Amino acid sequence: MKKHLLLGAEAVAAGALDAGISGVYAYPGTPSTEITEFIQKSRETAERGIHASWSANEKTAYEAALGMSYAGKRALSAMKHVGLNVAADAFVNSAITGVNGGLVLAVADDPSMHSSQNEQDSRFYGRFAMVPVIEPASQQELYDATVRAFDLSESMQLPVLLRLTTRISHSRAGVTRAAARSENALHAEYAPERYVLMPHNARRQYERLLGKQEMLEQLSGSSPLNRMIPGTGPLGVLACCIAFNYAMEAKKTFGLDISILKIGQYPLPRHLVEDLFARCETVLVAEEGYPIYEELLRGWFDDRKITGRMDGALPRAGELTTSLLAEALGVKRPAPAAIPGIVANRPPELCRGCGHRDLFEALNRVMEGFENRHVFSDIGCYTLGALPPYSAIHTCVDMGAAITMAKGAADAGLRPAVCVIGDSTFTHSGMTGLLDAVNEQTPLTVIIADNDTTAMTGGQASAATGSKLRSICRGLGVEEARISTIVPLKQNLEENMATLREEIAFPGVSVVLAVRECIETAARKKRRSGSKPANQ
Amino acid sequence: MQYDIIVSGVGGQGILSIAAVIDLAALHCGLHIHQAEVHGMSQRGGAVQSHLRISDAEIHSGLITEGTADIILSVEPLEALRYLHFLSPEGRIVTATETVVNMAGYPPFELIEAELRRTGSPVLVDAAALAREAGSAKTSNMVMLGAATPFIALDQDILEAGIIELFETKGEKIVAMNIDAFRKGVAFSQQSIQQTVL
Repeated sequence: MKKHLLLGAEAVAAGALDAGISGVYAYPGTPSTEITEFIQKSRETAERGIHASWSANEKTAYEAALGMSYAGKRALSAMKHVGLNVAADAFVNSAITGVNGGLVLAVADDPSMHSSQNEQDSRFYGRFAMVPVIEPASQQELYDATVRAFDLSESMQLPVLLRLTTRISHSRAGVTRAAARSENALHAEYAPERYVLMPHNARRQYERLLGKQEMLEQLSGSSPLNRMIPGTGPLGVLACCIAFNYAMEAKKTFGLDISILKIGQYPLPRHLVEDLFARCETVLVAEEGYPIYEELLRGWFDDRKITGRMDGALPRAGELTTSLLAEALGVKRPAPAAIPGIVANRPPELCRGCGHRDLFEALNRVMEGFENRHVFSDIGCYTLGALPPYSAIHTCVDMGAAITMAKGAADAGLRPAVCVIGDSTFTHSGMTGLLDAVNEQTPLTVIIADNDTTAMTGGQASAATGSKLRSICRGLGVEEARISTIVPLKQNLEENMATLREEIAFPGVSVVLAVRECIETAARKKRRSGSKPANQ
Repeated sequence: MQYDIIVSGVGGQGILSIAAVIDLAALHCGLHIHQAEVHGMSQRGGAVQSHLRISDAEIHSGLITEGTADIILSVEPLEALRYLHFLSPEGRIVTATETVVNMAGYPPFELIEAELRRTGSPVLVDAAALAREAGSAKTSNMVMLGAATPFIALDQDILEAGIIELFETKGEKIVAMNIDAFRKGVAFSQQSIQQTVL
């Protein structure tokens, strides 16, 4: 069998394709983006006409996936962990309605926050919604488990949450693919008693969901994702997801005689856990993420037998490593070489020639004229404007918060109230906030940095750019005269500063569209068109 | 056999292409491969690294354990030092000497070189010059892959086949340039090994 060298994210995508999905619905976000990109580029997508366009945000994505499932077909939804906060309303309630065609939500968490604002653990959402959660530990397991997750979803009529973390999503290993299954036929059924979540239906559906829990635990108990690697020593490890790999590596490298219970499917199968505790005097609970199950187990068993993130055996925050597990298991090793003191940090920066640089240059000069120089901003490449040499923006909290936080600050009396948001972030979650500001005629200047793409995650299609953005702003009620366009280029500095000054001075809602294509995307387009024959 | 390699550099230097060629070669040899990459924010001119593990036995962890890497293969000298805690006491640094100064507090090269020399027998390569000789400064990454090749248990021919596979969609000229750069790197290291022996 041919081995494909796939990223974990790509293994999920390949599994979903081979499980016979009819669509993927997603919004880009590191480390989840490659799931959807793999499907977009795949031969099957072109041949079968699989839906693979980006959605405006994670909520619209998940809801569309639920709709595809309602119509009887299998759907995958993919997002990063904080994206699930946006989709949470739809996700939690889809556990109450249940599903028709198989529905799998692949969520990629980012412990250690390589490219994120927090390291929240999506398994919490799975427990909260009371749906099966799977977190495979290798690329092959990801592929196999994704295929099976669609079966599990259809047999239990529930969405399945598939959780990845950065290191599994962004590492490559060999994967063997199986034969692809065919897609489901269209079979939408009238089931308002399930899908109309008025209280009388919701109560009954909630009871049904509660009634499924015992069966879900049984299925976890027999899942190949959960298994014991027995040892004879007094130490045991309950190793969730990728922690299993580190436990196995530590066992091999340092010759440890430990029992390892690999956990990759929840709800936690109690009998397997009891078996581990019966074998061992002390159990290290190793979870890549929050100590969710450690906390639970401290209630189930004698607290003294348990060690993990909560008692400091493992650090409370950040990714796990083999070294951390080995140390927690009592391995003493010489300290590795120290990193020399001269190694200064190399933070990321805006690309040379990026239009955001010219925008921040102009904005900084304009803001110099004010006593209050607060600029609210958002998530994207332009967040790098927070770093020197610009230090131009002063907030970045969650998608869309630039506009709404600036509005709240304006309500509090802050003048001027200025914010910077990207084109994709604006359509993701900024539009509704702008409507709030328009309705209240808030003195607020919204700068939309329109680079024609979702740049930070690698240049995915943006839901609205250019004239479409202007139309949206007009449609939301911003006066035509108060929507101006600037082109952030060095030679336009004076002109751009004049426009920004004028709009910031206006005592109502104004929008400045700073339009200049991302240089990375532009270069890629050029390369692509350059490699095509002239007649195409 | 097992080889644990840290590939490092600055976003945009072609770190992932180096890893991809080694991957293709190892896959061709029927070896197990595990390669952890960095995507996202740090690709914008930040520090970028990849953990690359090849073995004839099953590999559990995608990350290399501190103090156990066989080689640090770096396209930038300061970046080689950033991952020193991963290097095994017997391990070796193979790094390009051309600096990328895009941040505050970049130390003088002499200090970097002194730290590099403290690690045993580092191979310091003027990859930029060799890459320009090959026809493009962009091939520095393939020069460095070549320079590391004498220390990795993969045949030169198989790695060259990997380079061809990786670059073939970009045309013959690009393939030839990268192969040339790779060979210049191999020759450089072979020469420096001979000098050490003499």
